Amino acid sequence: MPQIQIPSPLRQYSGKQSTVDVAGDTVGEALTGLITQHPELKRHLYNEDGKLRAFVNVYVNDEDMRYLQKEATTLKDGDTISIVPSIAGGRGSAPSILR
Amino acid sequence: MATLTEVNSKIAESDSTLNNDEILRYSRHLIMPEVGMAGQQKLKAAKVLCIGAGGLGSPLALYLTAAGVGTLGLVDFDVVDYTNLQRQIIHTTADVGRKKLDSAVDKLKAINPFVKLKTFDARLSSANALELFRDFDFIADGTDNFPTRYLVNDACVLTGKPNIYGSIFRFEGQASVFATENGPCYRCLYPEPPPPGLVPSCAEGGVLGILPGLVGVIQATETIKMILGQGDPLIGRLLLVDALGMKFRELKLRKNPDCPACGTHRTITELIDYDQFCGIRGGEASTATEGTMSEISVEGLKKKLDNKEDIFILDVREPHEYQICNLNGHLIPLGDLPKRVGELDSSREIVAHCKMGGRSAKAVTFLQQSGFKKVSNLTGGITAWAERVDPKMPKY
Repeated sequence: MPQIQIPSPLRQYSGKQSTVDVAGDTVGEALTGLITQHPELKRHLYNEDGKLRAFVNVYVNDEDMRYLQKEATTLKDGDTISIVPSIAGGRGSAPSILR
Repeated sequence: MATLTEVNSKIAESDSTLNNDEILRYSRHLIMPEVGMAGQQKLKAAKVLCIGAGGLGSPLALYLTAAGVGTLGLVDFDVVDYTNLQRQIIHTTADVGRKKLDSAVDKLKAINPFVKLKTFDARLSSANALELFRDFDFIADGTDNFPTRYLVNDACVLTGKPNIYGSIFRFEGQASVFATENGPCYRCLYPEPPPPGLVPSCAEGGVLGILPGLVGVIQATETIKMILGQGDPLIGRLLLVDALGMKFRELKLRKNPDCPACGTHRTITELIDYDQFCGIRGGEASTATEGTMSEISVEGLKKKLDNKEDIFILDVREPHEYQICNLNGHLIPLGDLPKRVGELDSSREIVAHCKMGGRSAKAVTFLQQSGFKKVSNLTGGITAWAERVDPKMPKY
């Protein structure tokens, strides 16, 4: 069963879990399984048009799925899917208040 | 764009003879074949610009200075505060209130008087970045926000300077080397930033104090390797650091042929307005429920303030109105809001107001569309406040 690694900024929407096991033969199915288990993650991963957001990258093992077959990439048993959002350091994505 | 080999040979050519004091100081480098006299001279000839003298910048600057990087530039505009001390180890308790640059220079000079320090007391911007970068060989990105990240990346691509990248959140970090001649850049990895408010901020989420140390030292290591031309730099690789699990993972990065900054048909040929780029974005519309305006009454606001709740008051009137009366809010006139939205922290609860509530309603709609979730409009504006909460306040 493929395992999805949840990065810390999104763990508050995955019941604090750092990994989630999901069923699925493709990356798309696995991600659908993930947001079925944790519906709150959906709006963080997908935009209104149902497309993955531009600041969220999805890796299958160590390879960016954009350079595989994207959501159609087939999964083998034991594959790890990583969600890798952009992080910006000290203040995360929220720009600071003027000092 | 200069190749790395060119940069390295340019470094080697310039005068970088070591005196006897320096030879003693760097002896543990000199006896290593990977560094040796030639390598130490490359270090001495190298010019590295550190963006930020904070969490990542502290270990970066300390180690690069100790290692004998000849010229170290530091860009920072900030002042040391108490909340910095948990991780920004270049600064001490006695430095609170001082310019980070002054504080950092004291420590760096004390560590190694042979290093030339160049300080730039400014916020890195589209107006100054290109000129600043031109005088350096490598840029080490120790910034803490998205607009500056994209600015550093694009300026590195435009000037052909490698971008030694590090980034942290809570107990996770990322490191890589971007914008080398044939390697990917930050935009190949992340073409666009998240809208404000979608990912929790560090002010909300916190950051483990050692994490910038861990990631900053990785950046320093990569910088030194790049200068020496030794080892396998993190070009085309994204290192993920999980301090809690103490796991280091590596992902493959590819140069994206469609990258707007470094791709075949690049569209970014000059620096842009990065606050705007990161604050207001097309495509990713807000997750806030459109058409519903979150309102708060003046009595409701008073109660929250009396309860010492963390409320950020945003005043969208004009400066002259602010002078007449105000609620100690942060003043951004409505017309300036799009370009100054970066001053707002989307993790905090924001109450927007104007005189009567009309302009602030527009501000709230705009902020919701920009991804802010915890924002409401003060019904009736400051006029209602003067009528119902504080009769001593002038009305106009």
